[in-house]
Amino acid sequence: MSEFIFGPWPWFIAGPLIAVTMLVFLWIGKRFGVSSNLRTLCAMGGAGAMADFFKFDWRSQTWNLLFVAGSIIGGYLAAFHLSDGSEVQLASDTVVALERLGFQDTGSAFLPDELFGLESGLSLKAILILLLGGVLVGFGARYAGGCTSGHAISGLSELQLPSLLAVVGFFIGGLTMVYGIMPLIF
Amino acid sequence: MKGIIYIALGIIFGIGLSKAEIISWYRIYEMFRFDSFHMYGVIGSAVILGIIGIALMKKLKLKDIHGEEIKFPQKDFSIVRYVVGGIFFGLGWALVGACPGPMFILIGHGYWSIFIVIAGALLGTLIYGVLRPKLKH
Repeated sequence: MSEFIFGPWPWFIAGPLIAVTMLVFLWIGKRFGVSSNLRTLCAMGGAGAMADFFKFDWRSQTWNLLFVAGSIIGGYLAAFHLSDGSEVQLASDTVVALERLGFQDTGSAFLPDELFGLESGLSLKAILILLLGGVLVGFGARYAGGCTSGHAISGLSELQLPSLLAVVGFFIGGLTMVYGIMPLIF
Repeated sequence: MKGIIYIALGIIFGIGLSKAEIISWYRIYEMFRFDSFHMYGVIGSAVILGIIGIALMKKLKLKDIHGEEIKFPQKDFSIVRYVVGGIFFGLGWALVGACPGPMFILIGHGYWSIFIVIAGALLGTLIYGVLRPKLKH
C-alpha cells in the first residue's frame, strides 16, 4: 500500500480523480475551470481601470481562488510528504528527442533545469521563454474561453462542440511548438 | 467554513495531478510527440467518466446542493475564437509544459521559476482583456 501511495500514480487513478473533481463542482453548483482565476487575479489587481473585461465582482469568484490555494497545498503535500523521489519514467523516444535538443538528465525532476533551474541562475533566454509561454497560455485561454480543465475536461464531458474545436486548437499549437518551433529555439 | 470544500477539492486535485506527473514539463512534451499513452489515458478516462456522469445528471435531472437543477448551457458557436484561441494556448502549453492548473500546483513543489510563467499568464490575460473589443469572436 505505501509503495502505491509514494510511487507515481497510473493514469487510471488520476483520470477518474479529475472526473470526480469536476462532477463534485457541478453538484455544489459551480463550474470546474482553472484559468478564470487569472482573470479574477487581474481584476483584484485593478485591471478594471484598463479594460471592461475586468470590471466584475471578483469576490464572487473567491471559491475558485480557494480551489487554487488548495491545489498549491496539494502540490506541497505530494512533493514533500507523499513522494519517494522517483524519476519521471519517460518513453525512450522522448528521451532521445530531448537529448538532441540539448536537454540532459531528462526526467530527474518534474521540470528541466535548462528552463527552470535556479542553481546556476536563470539565463535571459530562459526567462524570456517562460514569460512568453505564460503570455501565450494566458491570452489563449481567455480567447478560447477556457483551458485544459474548462474545455478538455468539462467541455468535452458535456459534449460541447466549441470545446472540441478548442482542443483541436490546443493540439495544432502544441504540435507546431514541439515539431516546428522548439528545434529552432533550443 | 463553506470554503473548506473548495480547498479540499483543490488539495485532492493538486495531489492527483502531482502523483500522476501531469504537472511535469516532460510529460507534456511526451504527449505532443505521441510517445506515451499516459496523458491520453488521464484525459481520456476523465472525459469518458465525465460524459457518463453528466449524462446521468441530465437523465436524473439531478439538483445541486442548493436545490437547483444542474444546467448545461450550450457555448456560443464560433470557429475563429476556439481554434485560434486554442492554438495560442497550445503553443504556450507545449513551450512551458504547464497549463493553468499545474502552474499553481508547481508552486507547492517549490519550483519558484514557475512564478515567471504565472506572471506571463496574467500578462496574457490582461492583453486579452485590453484587445478583446478588437478581436474577432
